[in-house]
Amino acid sequence: MNSILKLVAQRIALSLMLLLMISVLIFAGTMILPGDVAQSILGQSATPEALANLRADLGLNDPPVTRYFQWLFGALQGDLGNALTSGQDITSAISTRLSNTLFLAFWAALIAVPLAIFLGLLAVRYKDRWPDKLISGVTLASISIPEFLIGYVLMYLIAVKLRWFPSVAMINDGMNLWQKLNSIALPVAVLTLVVLAHMMRMTRAAILNVMQSAYIETAELKGLSTFKVIWRHAFPNSIAPIVNVVMLNLAYLVVGVVVIEVVFVYPGMGQYLVDHVSKRDVPVVQACGLIFAAVYIGLNMVADIVSILSNPRLRHPK
Amino acid sequence: MSEPILKVRNLKIGATVYPPGEKPHDIEIVHGVSFDLERGKVLGLIGESGAGKSTIGLASMAYGRGGVEITGGEVWVNGRDILQSQMHDIRKLRGGEVTYVSQSAAASFNPARTIMEQVIEAAVEQGKFSRRDAEARARILFDKLGLPDPENIGRRYPHQVSGGQLQRCMTALALCPEPDLVVFDEPTTALDVTTQIDVLMAIKEAIRDTGVAALYITHDLAVVAQVSDDIMVLRHGETVEYGSVNQIINEPQEEYTQALVSVRSIDHEEKAPTEEPVLSVRNISARYKGTKFDVLHSVNVDLYPGQTLAVVGESGSGKSTLARVITGLLPPREGEISFAGRTLSADFNTRTREDLRELQMIYQMADVAMNPRQTVATIIGRPLEFYFGLRGAKKRQRIIELLDEIELGEGFMDRYPAELSGGQKQRVCIARALAAKPKVIICDEVTSALDPLVADGILKLLLNLQKIEDVAYLFITHDLATVRAISDNIAVMYKGKVQRYGAKSQVLSPPFDDYTDLLLSSVPEMKIGWLEEVIAHRKMESAGN
Repeated sequence: MNSILKLVAQRIALSLMLLLMISVLIFAGTMILPGDVAQSILGQSATPEALANLRADLGLNDPPVTRYFQWLFGALQGDLGNALTSGQDITSAISTRLSNTLFLAFWAALIAVPLAIFLGLLAVRYKDRWPDKLISGVTLASISIPEFLIGYVLMYLIAVKLRWFPSVAMINDGMNLWQKLNSIALPVAVLTLVVLAHMMRMTRAAILNVMQSAYIETAELKGLSTFKVIWRHAFPNSIAPIVNVVMLNLAYLVVGVVVIEVVFVYPGMGQYLVDHVSKRDVPVVQACGLIFAAVYIGLNMVADIVSILSNPRLRHPK
Repeated sequence: MSEPILKVRNLKIGATVYPPGEKPHDIEIVHGVSFDLERGKVLGLIGESGAGKSTIGLASMAYGRGGVEITGGEVWVNGRDILQSQMHDIRKLRGGEVTYVSQSAAASFNPARTIMEQVIEAAVEQGKFSRRDAEARARILFDKLGLPDPENIGRRYPHQVSGGQLQRCMTALALCPEPDLVVFDEPTTALDVTTQIDVLMAIKEAIRDTGVAALYITHDLAVVAQVSDDIMVLRHGETVEYGSVNQIINEPQEEYTQALVSVRSIDHEEKAPTEEPVLSVRNISARYKGTKFDVLHSVNVDLYPGQTLAVVGESGSGKSTLARVITGLLPPREGEISFAGRTLSADFNTRTREDLRELQMIYQMADVAMNPRQTVATIIGRPLEFYFGLRGAKKRQRIIELLDEIELGEGFMDRYPAELSGGQKQRVCIARALAAKPKVIICDEVTSALDPLVADGILKLLLNLQKIEDVAYLFITHDLATVRAISDNIAVMYKGKVQRYGAKSQVLSPPFDDYTDLLLSSVPEMKIGWLEEVIAHRKMESAGN
């Protein structure tokens, strides 16, 4: 058991190191962006004195290293600073946005992941027959069409023509769960279509790879039905690659859905980030970047740890 | 006479082949084989690889491996022609009436599930036993098959038990659903001889006690003689000879069967050490990186010019590690190696080109030791360029000479490895080693993956080449018959130590130490009743102690 704990601890330590390095990159990256925050706050007509005063107030004259550590320690304590443009506390602004994004991602994942794995198993069961080809064809088509187009098509068909769900995914704290779900039904559907193909195809490929093993033949010679062979004997041995691709897609659901948020006017992180990039609001951009990086690294770390735990040789040493 | 459990009539099996550079096409691999198997009897199917013996075994479960398809004939199990049955009925047959024990239990157990789950799965799935009864039965079988701790071994995962134990678990898996017929497909081939003998006895007793019928598939006639009632000799998908075990072993009619019975026709007179050794291994101790235990403990052996030193031992004895140390792949922790009068550098990276040239190696797996995208001429020509700078016509001339020496000839120059048989591949590897004009060739299990008759040809070739080229062999093997055939000196290795070392005649004659005795007496002999004799002898000895 010790070796497995050690491996997991190593993964966690590595992820934290990686996050630290990313924070340096994010900070350095926003430093070298062109433009001057003080200038963009005060506008073109500002006097040089006013600019100098504002720069001093914002701490823009301190050396970059000092500013990096101030920012980092703040972030560690949950203080991401104030937005330059509005003066709002970033932490509280982000927390609403982030919880909205996570809410959308959660429901999309809850539908997409089991569906993708089930379709993958089904495709293996009927390999090279029509169900396999149909599943592959439909999912490939849905990943190939740009997501905003799928969004608008669904909006036209379901919201405008059939009037089943609203076209705009506005949510607020006053709504109950059912109202919220009703509101996000369309974006969830679009996201599901977008991430389905990748996970389903990886599930299919990983299981087909395992299906070549001698123990699959043993299982077939026990007279098990094909689906039992796949589910009991192939699937447990292909968890690691499947979890990896699932985690990548979950990360995409959190950090990559800006287009969907814009299409459905959903108050999530993506929109918030894009708004503030265009306003050159560096602290907000840094904060969003850090959170996105943390989500990516965290989910990939979970994938690694699941891979380690799914290996019976590590779980049950000699 | 009762109705046979298994009745095969004019069975024909086909497969699609994909030869390099040609269109895929269908060929027939089994051409009309017929036999009967009665309740409680064992039929041995014997032949070389490609004879179709596994294919026939699997056909008794209506199963075709890969692209293999049953194209004609009848297979009657318990009075039903299973080739005419629906998939639903075939599933009932598999794992219920007929079960299968494969060659590699290590690969045939699902690594992610416990042994017990897999052993009882078929019995429970086929509705033969409840889960509780199946588990109880499995524990009885574990005990009967001589597995340690039969109460708890089922809770383990496959990687937590040894290869020999896993092979017994596989037998338990096959016997658990109380089948009428078990197909044993080379069940002891992957095991060490000292383990094989126990597993063989366990299988034999299990067959006797449960009254099950069995198809026993192997390439080793000496093994099949111990367990079967009848034997069918197969070659290229056809029956060569079919008769009782007594008739096949003692009065073989066909020439091919006679060759199989009398294989190992090589008689090699041992040479006395004359000159200074060409290779001296002195006090070598070695361990793998990151481990705390030596896998070699002060090993000392000498190899004389133009002679053969056989290093014999079971898996894990350290014989391949010794080869890695000599070739410089694994620098030793202690000791040194002298070669042709000079001390060899421990790491191959710092050896001179001359050292590298004079010490060549041939591997067990000829297919993976060659680049599949290079022709035979390129493969053999590479050392000629690298060590001697040969080009053009001179290189071509030398390649042809080498191809003649390995009895293949010029016609093989432009072939790719995929177009060669196993024996031919190994010959090309020998030519590649010879091309460097080495003083010593390390042969690591070079005949283990080959059929007996082919292996015999390779050994004869090696002995012949030794006379012509005056090259010395360090011959690593687990097979004592090979050792007898080829060696002048022998080192028996056990747990990283040289247990016994000396001239062949001396090492192979009594008095033996315990391990060498166990090893020698475990090699199956082509004699009916040998297995019982050995087991009885061992029981008496342990009772005497």
